[in-house]
Amino acid sequence: MVNPVRIDAKGMHYTPLNRAIREAVASGATEIILDHVMGQRFIADGLRGEVTIAIHGVPGGDLGMFMSGPTCIVYGNCEHAPGNTMDAGQIIIHGNAGDAVAHSMRGGKIFVRDNIGYRGGIHMKQYLEKRPILIIGGSARAFLGEYMAGGLILVLGRDRGRPEIDRGIGSGIHGGMIVIRGGVNEENLGVGATMSELSREEIAGITPLIREFIGHFGLDSADFLNDRYFKVIPSSARPFASKYTWEV
Amino acid sequence: MTIGSVPLRYKISVDHDQCMLCGRCVENCPYGVFRTEKDRIHVNSRVCVACHRCIAMCPRDAISLAERPVDYRSHPLWTPQVRESIYNQARTGKIILSGMGNAQDYPVIFDRLVLDACQVTNPSIDPLREPMELRTYIGKKPSILRFRKENGETVLETRLSPNLMLETPIMIGHMSYGAISLNAQQSLARAVKKIGTYMGTGEGGLHESLYLYQDRMIVQVASGRFGVDIDYLERGSAIEIKIGQGAKPGIGGHLPGEKVCADVSCTRMIPMGSDAISPAPHHDIYSIEDLKQLVRGLKEATEWEKPVFVKIAAVHNSAAIAAGIARSGADAVVIDGFRGGTGAAPRVFRDHVGIPIEAAIASVDAKLRTQGIRNEVSVIASGGIRESADVAKIIALGADAVYIGTAALVAMGCRVCGTCYRGLCPWGIATQRPDLVARLNPDMASVNVENLLYAWTLELSELMGAAGINSIESLRGNRDRLRGYLLDQGIMNVLDVKPVGA
Repeated sequence: MVNPVRIDAKGMHYTPLNRAIREAVASGATEIILDHVMGQRFIADGLRGEVTIAIHGVPGGDLGMFMSGPTCIVYGNCEHAPGNTMDAGQIIIHGNAGDAVAHSMRGGKIFVRDNIGYRGGIHMKQYLEKRPILIIGGSARAFLGEYMAGGLILVLGRDRGRPEIDRGIGSGIHGGMIVIRGGVNEENLGVGATMSELSREEIAGITPLIREFIGHFGLDSADFLNDRYFKVIPSSARPFASKYTWEV
Repeated sequence: MTIGSVPLRYKISVDHDQCMLCGRCVENCPYGVFRTEKDRIHVNSRVCVACHRCIAMCPRDAISLAERPVDYRSHPLWTPQVRESIYNQARTGKIILSGMGNAQDYPVIFDRLVLDACQVTNPSIDPLREPMELRTYIGKKPSILRFRKENGETVLETRLSPNLMLETPIMIGHMSYGAISLNAQQSLARAVKKIGTYMGTGEGGLHESLYLYQDRMIVQVASGRFGVDIDYLERGSAIEIKIGQGAKPGIGGHLPGEKVCADVSCTRMIPMGSDAISPAPHHDIYSIEDLKQLVRGLKEATEWEKPVFVKIAAVHNSAAIAAGIARSGADAVVIDGFRGGTGAAPRVFRDHVGIPIEAAIASVDAKLRTQGIRNEVSVIASGGIRESADVAKIIALGADAVYIGTAALVAMGCRVCGTCYRGLCPWGIATQRPDLVARLNPDMASVNVENLLYAWTLELSELMGAAGINSIESLRGNRDRLRGYLLDQGIMNVLDVKPVGA
C-alpha cells in the first residue's frame, strides 16, 4: 500500500466512505487523505489502528465515534459530537466544533482550535490509564463538562485572554477537572461544581498539554503561558448521595 | 421524637421447641435479625426485610414471619404505606428509594384476559405428535423478496437485515453487572445458551468471564455509556439502545458508589467507589432524528452486521414513539411496561409513572400495522411477565417475543423482597459482597433458569396446540384467540379484543 491513500469523498455516502477507509487501514495505510468531505457522518466510527486521517472539508456528526487509536485532523469546522464515546486516538480540529464535543469520551485527546457549542465534554470519564483530554482554544457554550466523571477539559480563551462560557459549567460533575484560563464568574458554575485557582505546580502539570495544542495549530506560546488558570472540580464525588432515603 | 417509631413491618418468631441452635439463621441473615445469646436464638425483627433466607435455610421449619403484625386504624385511603411514607419524608426531606416493580394495587390486565382452545370444529393439535414451531426471528423483515436467475439458479437479490434466531420467544432482559452479581449473570448466560435464546447485559459492560457466552448477549448502550467501547459492541450479538425503563420512565439510573467494587469498576470502566450516574436523556438524543443518528452510528461502527434494538418505557404515547423508532432504522423496539423491575427506583416513579405492557403492546402493534411498517421492527414486550400464559397473551396482543427479568431472578431464589437497593441480597443475586455472591452457585442456578425457560416453552406449545395453532407466527397479533373478562369497553377497544361470550 502506498502512503498516503487519497479518497475523494465528493458525493459519497458515509458507509462506502468508511468502508474505503477500513480497507485502506486493513491493507496497511498509515496516512489517508479525504478530499471534498461535506457533511458525511460517522467518519472513522469504531475504527482501530495507527493511522492518520486528514479531512479536508466539513465532516458531519459523530466524527471518530467509538474510535480506538487513529488520529483525525480536520482542516475546517466540525459538526456535533466529534469524539463521541471515543476510546483512544486524537482529533485535531482546525476550526470550530458543534455541540456535545467529546460526549462520554473515555480516552485520547481532542484539540479544537476555536470554539465549541453546548454541552462540550459532557459525561467524559476516566479509568486507570485512560484519561480523556479536551482542549478548546477559544470559548464554549453552556453546560461545559456536565455530568463529568473524569478526564480533563482545558479552555484557553484564545483572542480574549479569558474564555466566555455561559451558565451550567460542570453541572453534576463528579470526577475530573475543567481548567479555565482566567476563570469564570461563580454564578456560571453548575450545581455541585466549585472553582479555585491552579497552583504553580498544577500549571506546570498542564503546560505540556498547552504546548501540544500550540504545536498543532502553529500558535504563539507567549499568548497562553504566564497567565492565571482556574479549575472547576466537583464539590463531592457523590453529588446525588444525599437525595434519597430508603423505603422502610 | 415527634413522630416516634413506626410499627414493625415484619415480625420474626422462632419456635424454640423446634430450634436446634444450628445457627444457620444467624449466618444467613446479612441484615442482622438473629443472634445467639445464652443458648437461645434472639431476634431483632425491626431489621427484617422478608427475604425468607432464614426460613429457607432453617432445617427445622422453626422460623415464622408475620407481615404488619401491628394494626393501624384501618382506613381505605390513609393506608399504612401512605402514613409511613409521610413519616419517612417528614424525617428526612428526601426522595424515597424502592426496589423491584410497581407495588401499587392496579388491576392486572393479563388476569382479565382468557385464551381460546379448540373444541370439535377445528381440532386441537397434540404437541407430542406434531411439530410446534416456536422459533422466532428478531429483526427487520423485508416487505418484498426479489430474485433473479443466474445460470439457471434462482438467487435471492434482496439484502436481508441481520436477525437473531431464538428457539423460544422468551429472552432475559437487561440486568447489569452491578445491579446483579457476576454469578447471577453467569447463571443466566449459561441458561440462555443452553436454551438457544438471548439475554441483555444491562448498562454495566460485559465482564470477561462472560465472553464465552457473547454470541448470546445483547449489549446495552445507555445514557451513561458505561463499559461501552468498540470491543464491547463487536462482542454482542445485538446492540440495545436504552432510552427508558418501565420501573422509572423518564429518569436515569444511579449505581451507588458502594456497589462499584473492583470488578464492577473494571467492567464499567469507572473508578472504584464512584457513583455511576446514567443521566435521564442520552446527551446526543433530543429527537427521533438524533435517535436515528445513534442507531446508525452503532451500525456503522459494527459494519451493519448486528441488529440494533431501542428500548423505551411504556408511556402514554408509546405507539407514536415506536412508529418513530421503526423509522429510525432500528431492528427491534422493546417496550417495558410499568410493572418492570429494577434494582432501585424512586418509589413515586415505580408506582405511578407509565402504563401497563398489555395496553402498550396492543397499541404499538396496531399503530405499526396501520402505518404499514410492522415488518420494519420486531416488538419485544417486557415488564411484569410472570408465567407462560402472560407470554402467550402478550404475543397474541402483537409482541414478537418477551424479555423476562424478575421471573428469572425468582428462579434463582429471589423472594421479591424488593430490597435490592441495599446491596445485601442474601440470595447472592443483587449484591456484590463476595460472601453473599458465593451463595449463588452458577452450576445449579443456571439449571434452575434453564428449567424455567424450558417449562414455559413447553406450556406455550401446549397452549398453542390447544388453540389449534402450530406456529408462533400464527399466534402473533391473533387477538381473536383472546377474550376480555370484566375489562371495560375502553380497554377492550385499545387491546382490540372482544368480551367473553362475544
